[in-house]
Amino acid sequence: MSQTNNTQGPVWEVFTQKKSGAPFQHAGSLHAFDKEMALENARDLYTRRDKPSGLWVVPATEIVAVSPGDAAPFFDPSDDKVYRHPTFYEVPEGVQNL
Amino acid sequence: MAASEQNALIISLEEQFQSKIDADIRIEPKDWMPDSYRKTLLRQISQHAHSEIVGMLPEGVWITRAPSLKRKQILLAKVQDEAGHGLYLYAAAETLGMGRDDMYEELHSGKAKYSSIFNYPSSSWADVGAIGWLVDGAAILNQIPICRCSYGPYARAMVRVCKEESFHQRQGFEVLLTLANGSPEQRAMAQDAINRWYWPSVMMFGPSDGESTHSEQSMRWKIKRFSNDELRQRFVDMVAEQIKVLGLQHPDSDLKWNAERGHYDFGAIDWDEFWNVVKGNGPCNRERLETRRKAWEEGTWVREAAVAYAEKKKQRSESIVTLAAKAA
Ligand SMILES: [Fe+2]
Ligand SMILES: [Fe+2]
Repeated sequence: MSQTNNTQGPVWEVFTQKKSGAPFQHAGSLHAFDKEMALENARDLYTRRDKPSGLWVVPATEIVAVSPGDAAPFFDPSDDKVYRHPTFYEVPEGVQNL
Repeated sequence: MAASEQNALIISLEEQFQSKIDADIRIEPKDWMPDSYRKTLLRQISQHAHSEIVGMLPEGVWITRAPSLKRKQILLAKVQDEAGHGLYLYAAAETLGMGRDDMYEELHSGKAKYSSIFNYPSSSWADVGAIGWLVDGAAILNQIPICRCSYGPYARAMVRVCKEESFHQRQGFEVLLTLANGSPEQRAMAQDAINRWYWPSVMMFGPSDGESTHSEQSMRWKIKRFSNDELRQRFVDMVAEQIKVLGLQHPDSDLKWNAERGHYDFGAIDWDEFWNVVKGNGPCNRERLETRRKAWEEGTWVREAAVAYAEKKKQRSESIVTLAAKAA
């Protein structure tokens, strides 16, 4: 699809932390011309309620992602090791706090 | 690749795509998708974004004239939310490959549509109440099922939007309830606003199922989860009950509870009016587009300054890199 011109600046991905200690979560994206503008736009756009404790902005082009086609083989070895889960082990009756 | 081989490949890709949708697996921007799925979504999401943006106009004119500081703050927050909704949605549409400037261009040239409801005037303060209660009320019913849309970015944007919408509807209802409990003039104002906004709101769900061109495919793709008429019935039922609390007269004299269906039957919709407004002949179509174009044109210098700043910054950092390389 054509992109005739761009007067909006590059895309940034926005991550917010709901409260101290919580993980940062992707909130959405926006356009901005530099870091300061990205932070201010992110505040106005993604934190209008429930004052969060943290905010990250990342240029979208800097994010490295697994491409969807590669995801299955890429993650493949993670599903076949049942012994990685506590439910794999038999706990004899009467054993506490194990 | 021979043409027949290529066709076979596309058919198998389409089958895989549909089976993902059937299994409720979300489609993400970099996943393969049929061209028509991309186009349908782009049209729907960008129109949805335009509606949020144009939707700020009828209410925006009341910010300076709100009857109290409290109402002014509430309305300001509500209109700001709508701007936010527009931006979430533009961002979601961009993931499908269309630039933001191109989307604005489609809005300003009249190529892209936005919800027809915003082509009606907001002539009294009570309209702010009616818009919040009826227009946002209808929008919420439309938007809730989209939280489960097959396209990930659209669904996620809609979850944010829906969380913010509920206060929009409530503040509108509260405005009307206050007027309904006020002087006879205030009551009449509330009644008049409801009379004018009710039918256009009923039409917000789009043409009847038989007339709707894109519905069936959108259902199969899980872009749409309920038909226009199903959602419209929910709206009619909701309003029929809520208006009793306002103690005002229902604008539809044919409205009648149907115990057998467990729903309200309602009067005939004036589809000629609907299509007339869609075609651009509503009371405010021209004014809305002119306002948007004017805002865009008057913002040109800001965008130009920002682009020039970015260019300058880029050149500076490049010259520093060159200097550093020379020094080394
Ligand atoms: Fe909205
Ligand atoms: Fe709203």
